[in-house]
Amino acid sequence: MSFPKVRVPYLLLLPGFAFLFTFFILPIINLAQTSTQTPIAGGDTGQYEQTLAFSNYIQAFVDNKEQFGRSFVYATLATIFALAIAYPLAYAIAFKSGKFKNILLVLVVAPFFTSFLLRTIAWKQILGEEGFVVPGLRALNIIGQQTTLTSTSVAVVAGMTYNFLPFMTLPLYASLERIDPRTIEAAGDLYANGLTAFRRVTVPLSLPGVVAGTLLTFIPAAGDYVNAAILGSPNTKMIGNVIESRYFKIVDYPTAAALSFTLMAAILILVTLYIRKAGTEELV
Amino acid sequence: MSQKIKDASIPTIPFKARFSRWFGRNLLRIYMLFGFTYLFIPVAYTFVFSFNDSGKSNLIWKGFTLNNWQNPCGAPEVCNALGNSIKIGLLATIFSTILGTMIAFAIGRYKFKGRSSSNLLIFLPMATPEIVLGASLLSLFLVFKINPGFWPTVIAHVVFCISFVVVTVKARIASLDPRLEQAAMDLYANELETFRKVTLPLVAPGIAGAALLAFSLSFDDFIITNFNSGTLITFPKFVYVSAARGIPAQANVIGSAMFFLALAIVIAGQLVKRKKTR
Repeated sequence: MSFPKVRVPYLLLLPGFAFLFTFFILPIINLAQTSTQTPIAGGDTGQYEQTLAFSNYIQAFVDNKEQFGRSFVYATLATIFALAIAYPLAYAIAFKSGKFKNILLVLVVAPFFTSFLLRTIAWKQILGEEGFVVPGLRALNIIGQQTTLTSTSVAVVAGMTYNFLPFMTLPLYASLERIDPRTIEAAGDLYANGLTAFRRVTVPLSLPGVVAGTLLTFIPAAGDYVNAAILGSPNTKMIGNVIESRYFKIVDYPTAAALSFTLMAAILILVTLYIRKAGTEELV
Repeated sequence: MSQKIKDASIPTIPFKARFSRWFGRNLLRIYMLFGFTYLFIPVAYTFVFSFNDSGKSNLIWKGFTLNNWQNPCGAPEVCNALGNSIKIGLLATIFSTILGTMIAFAIGRYKFKGRSSSNLLIFLPMATPEIVLGASLLSLFLVFKINPGFWPTVIAHVVFCISFVVVTVKARIASLDPRLEQAAMDLYANELETFRKVTLPLVAPGIAGAALLAFSLSFDDFIITNFNSGTLITFPKFVYVSAARGIPAQANVIGSAMFFLALAIVIAGQLVKRKKTR
């Protein structure tokens, strides 16, 4: 090649990074600027000027602390449930499925291909008033006549758990599959019983998958508003719903920007702490 | 003799104990069955209700019909929305696969100054919630007086697809045996030839997988699209908007058809792979 070798990686990076700089970094900087603007006195709706009003952040947080809290609680719960469901599933596929391994792996991803909105709405209809589950449970007196399954926080968390399950299962599978079965056998040779071998060998070796899976679930879950919009009620609004309505219904860009920025900062701080604690730097 | 020993070692076990032993052994398999049932309930529901003779609102089962499958564009706007989603998906896939593969080669193959910050720049879009990505891009477009619509949506999709392409292709590059390339060089192939005839074919499955992932992420995206598409209707947007007054059964037809199509592509890919490894 005609150009000096040192430049090759930079030339390869250039187009992609130029793109990411323009359409990822710049927008974030711009968002930071928007977040400290205030309405122009006497201007139209949607017109703002830069006044470095950092009080926007305090105001936005105080007004929406309930939704913030809810977002993090729901996302944490959905992540825990997804981990509890996905770990045995990934374990079974990695170690107990023999020649069906690849097919089962495809099946984990397959529901993805039916639009996630269609699936979420399907859940709403299955668990809703017209579905067969609620009337059935009522007839059997398992739930009260007034109890509903949709429009509750339980439904929102369940919807998020369901929708992000493949994001949890795939990295878990990837790290479990990489474990050399001889390490587990070795634990057995050293008089560890099945449970001890699992706890002291399998789990620690699958930790990178746990970290990647929980992040891939928690991050989108914390910013999600679709599950809350479809399966929830006004009492289950998350921060995503607030940002969305600030942008589209109220045209209050600074508050929306301040909320977005707070959400991103909170997630980044949590993620950094979590990765430190889990001790796995090698993520991407 | 051996028969006798066997008989002696396994006295007739009561059914309950036999069942609990069978259960213990197959616990994970039973669990798997439940797991997959849970995953597929809404898919099956969507498929079944694609045959519903429902009229406008597809909420209650009213009778079996093939009309929806014979006439998938019967509901207003649904095929227009599907077409937009496919166009956006293809463009976003092409751009993000090219840009992402180049980045993956740079990071996966070279040691250079700024490599770890490059990794960080790839990780950041994945660590940013979709709503922040979507909202920040919309703010940028508004500042430059660019109206949300088709191209802003394509750009937004490329932003979030690039990182997934990089991660997927990079994993494939990392798993390559360096000796294969050394062998090519030993056989007097120059760098370009080695890349074209050895490296690229070996990385190709990873690139194909990344492209498939990018397309499915783009096709199914709602949040970022909702922010940057303006009045343009995509398939997920169509579903979301019509959810309020009932989704036409044609949406179920399209969702189910996409499911079977994607499944066929993935299974065909697996078969090709198996044939090659034989």
